[in-house]
Amino acid sequence: MTVRKNQAALTPEEKRAFTNALLELKRTGVYDRFVTTHNGFIMSDTDSGDRVGHRSPSFLPWHRRFLLEFEAALQKVDPKVALPYWDWTADRTSRSSLWAPDFLGGTGRARDGQVTDGPFAYAGGKWEVNVRVDGRAYLRRALGSGVAELPTKAEVESVLSMPVYDMAPWNSSSNGFRNHLEGWRGANLHNRVHVWVGGQMGTGVSPNDPVFWMHHAYVDKLWAEWQARHPKSTYLPAAGTANVIDLNDTMRPWNDVTPADLLDHRKFYTFDTEPVPAAAASQR
Amino acid sequence: MNKITRRQALGTAAGALSALGTAGATAHAAAADSRASIPAGTVDEVYQGRRIRITPAESGGGHHGGHHGGGHDGLPTVRIDGRELHVMRNADGTWISVVNHYETYADPASLARAAVRELQGAVLAPFAPMGGTA
Repeated sequence: MTVRKNQAALTPEEKRAFTNALLELKRTGVYDRFVTTHNGFIMSDTDSGDRVGHRSPSFLPWHRRFLLEFEAALQKVDPKVALPYWDWTADRTSRSSLWAPDFLGGTGRARDGQVTDGPFAYAGGKWEVNVRVDGRAYLRRALGSGVAELPTKAEVESVLSMPVYDMAPWNSSSNGFRNHLEGWRGANLHNRVHVWVGGQMGTGVSPNDPVFWMHHAYVDKLWAEWQARHPKSTYLPAAGTANVIDLNDTMRPWNDVTPADLLDHRKFYTFDTEPVPAAAASQR
Repeated sequence: MNKITRRQALGTAAGALSALGTAGATAHAAAADSRASIPAGTVDEVYQGRRIRITPAESGGGHHGGHHGGGHDGLPTVRIDGRELHVMRNADGTWISVVNHYETYADPASLARAAVRELQGAVLAPFAPMGGTA
């Protein structure tokens, strides 16, 4: 069973295994297919039309499935790798070990935003940005520039306390847990982190920055925490809703998976903060 | 701070007029002097050295060419140095683009200027809406 760990707790070997697997997916072209898929949904998910990946109830299950597929690709390269999560309420400055040269590298230089250290620096020759919104082929970041502060624990707490998953009109103007977590309303959690990192993370091709996966692994964990806290609250809407994914509707682009299939993450992985399931423990 | 005032934006556009020569001068003068005579939402300005042109949806139907894809209808056409910027309108009336996807702007002009700042001189990639089939 895959265990997703806090990135701050990874050993140097685990960090190296993760970044090496990322570089291998990049080399083979698998990585860029994920970027293309994400941007396609970014541009087609609209508040008044069909919406699957963003600004809609299926934001959380869609990204859970997207991350599962990506994690499986990583594990084809190295079966020991799991997606780490980035708890941005705790590791909230550009001096965090997350941004060190032995992990993701740091912020971009002032002149052009280019990341110049770490495994994904352009000069290293292994991380060309191919799926892009402009002519620049290098990874860019501007940590803390677009917005000064990452969300706080208190802000996360205020969103986790919301008892209703989502509400009509099921888009970026909705009240409820999903939209406050996604960040179109209120404290703004998920969206703000994209803006705080800056560079490609602020664009439709945000998965070009490997921190995308660690950010979304934490958003995914917050969904699981919300479920544990509100055991009587369910995914909404249940059925018959135009333009959005009901509980038992299949989601593009896979067309074989529904939100209902994805509600329990423990079918697929656990977090390092959870007890080890009996079945997994017995295999050790 | 990235925010600029309307007065500053107009000043930038007006300042750029003299450098542009005669080609676009009439349209620029109209924009500067009698803005009520052109469709609301039309923008033609130079911001940080980049040409921003915004055509409102109502008069924009004829020039989308082969760009027809899902979700583009009813939106203004925003161009930076001639390249189209993918923009979307949120339910609350705010705007985002593919360049600034996770923060909202009050109007297409503010959105286009934010894209110019983010581009730092880079050119937009060809406009390619995917129509949800990715």
